[in-house]
Amino acid sequence: MPPLLKLLLIRLGLGLLTLFLVSVVVFAATQALPGDAAKAILGKDSADKVRYEALRKELGLDKPMLSQYTGWLGDVLKGNLGNSLVGGQAKVTELLKQRVINSFVLVSLAALFSIPISIVIGAFSAVYRDSKFDNGMNIFNLTLVSLPEFVIGIILVLLFATAVFQWLPSVSNVDSRAPLSGQMDLFILPVVTLILAVIPYVSRMLRASTIEVLESEYVMMARLKGLKESRVLWHHALPNAIIPTIQVIAINIAWLAGGIVTVEYLFGFPGIGTGLVDAVANRDMPVVQALVLLIAAVYVLLNLIADILTILISPRLRTGLR
Amino acid sequence: MSQSSDAGLDPLQPLETLELEPLQTLPIGKQRPEWLQTVLDAWSLRRTKIGLVLFLVLLVVAVFGRFWAPYSPTEFVGPPFSLPTAEYWLGTDFLGRDVYTRVLYGGLSVFVLGIAATVIGMVLGVSLGLISGYARRWVDESIMRMLDVVLAFPSVVLAMLFVSILGPRLWLIVLMVGISHMPRIARVTRAATVDLAQRDFVRAATAVGVPRRRILFREVLPNISSPLLVEFGLRLTYSIIMIAALSFLGFGMQPPSADWGLMINENRIAITVQPWAVISPVILIAALTISTNLMADGLARAMMGIDRTTGTT
Repeated sequence: MPPLLKLLLIRLGLGLLTLFLVSVVVFAATQALPGDAAKAILGKDSADKVRYEALRKELGLDKPMLSQYTGWLGDVLKGNLGNSLVGGQAKVTELLKQRVINSFVLVSLAALFSIPISIVIGAFSAVYRDSKFDNGMNIFNLTLVSLPEFVIGIILVLLFATAVFQWLPSVSNVDSRAPLSGQMDLFILPVVTLILAVIPYVSRMLRASTIEVLESEYVMMARLKGLKESRVLWHHALPNAIIPTIQVIAINIAWLAGGIVTVEYLFGFPGIGTGLVDAVANRDMPVVQALVLLIAAVYVLLNLIADILTILISPRLRTGLR
Repeated sequence: MSQSSDAGLDPLQPLETLELEPLQTLPIGKQRPEWLQTVLDAWSLRRTKIGLVLFLVLLVVAVFGRFWAPYSPTEFVGPPFSLPTAEYWLGTDFLGRDVYTRVLYGGLSVFVLGIAATVIGMVLGVSLGLISGYARRWVDESIMRMLDVVLAFPSVVLAMLFVSILGPRLWLIVLMVGISHMPRIARVTRAATVDLAQRDFVRAATAVGVPRRRILFREVLPNISSPLLVEFGLRLTYSIIMIAALSFLGFGMQPPSADWGLMINENRIAITVQPWAVISPVILIAALTISTNLMADGLARAMMGIDRTTGTT
């Protein structure tokens, strides 16, 4: 087998193994529930032995744990995530569909803006190293990195939605019945909060790798050939500096999927984050399971994609294999 | 970043610490401990001083502030959401309690829970990292795979998964934040241990039959104290962020406790009417996380020896 293919297959296998173990953790966590799901659904009615036993049977709780797990995993893989324990006991997939779309739009917008901005900031900081701009960005990044994202969000709300200016809505109660494109003003503050939370990580990584590349021999060679500095930067240095940054970008998009919890909650944005907060508060286990599984799977998959991209585009990994 | 690579993969980690250089100090009997040297070097940086002073001021406020608080934190002193007056300097909160008093009371939980979570994460992570880095082979592989799984859950989400089952218990929150630190701390420890295990003095100790536990804790651990100290600083910032976030979501300290994260949540509905009930805890949390991060950054720079020659950052 060609070494490159072997490396890719090993990486893919590890990703799948992690996904499998993640599902075990999510399933096992619910087994720690004092009492069981049947009790949780019936509440006070669980004293009624006949109904309790019937529901246990219906939910498959009378079977051994291993077959419960395989049954659950089989359902999850078929896209059946069970029914919510709260309200009308709607199907979890129906309940979460719109939320997943909303959050997907939110995260995509944040990624779409934050990555190019970070790349420009990182590249300029590297080229004008130790300049006023670089030092200013350093302080800016160090401050932003320190702040919890909901604190960044609150500061933005104070500045642009309430105390200082009243330009933007402070609550992002997106209406799922109307098209999202007409409600873009509701996305501005959450998206900006996420952008500000992501920029420091990506731009710092890009700055470091750009500095390293700019000091390499092939960049010196390009300069000695008499190429314009802008061409050296954009055509020779940056494409290589971005390679080690790909994984940081992937981690950060994955982080966005988890970090949206507090930001969505802050703005009352109807996405998976507020969905998770509500489900946890109501102890709606099927919804919690579905959302935690989704968020963890996004992390594993994005990492997998980043690793595979890195393997494919970095010559050292492609050719250095024996 | 790669799940299987050993490079630090935490976004909070300054880039300077991503590569652990071979440690140059030899473990000679009475030499100054490595971590102490890092602390002394870090002290020469302005950012460390600013961070430490800010941190100590906030610590004093959080621990002793209650003694100069004008009211009780659960006492109703005026109408809800009153603006600051001479009587209550920062106004009142959503139930008419004094915001200034609650701010003075509300920091202790952030400090205690944040430090406890960091210590738990360090103990678990360092132990696993030492074992993993020294044992190698399948022990190493299985520990690292297990940690990859933990890594797949964002800290807040991991904590929420268990809160949904056991309810918002403080010990649970602290434990979960600690566990979520475990993978990154273990990776840093493992990388340093692998490096050190090849060195002659460790191999000599192995050769003369020193028990494994003694080698790990007496030979290896003292020689990786600097990167671990830096890691502790970074994790502390992160713990405080997580604990504050969980309180803000309503899964940390429960009402009627005074807690900075909880205060933000309780009073944000009237942010237009009485912003001070929100601004005060926001500023304090921000100052605290900035102070710990400045210290961590100073330590990281000192460890890499960037500033020993020039004395600048």
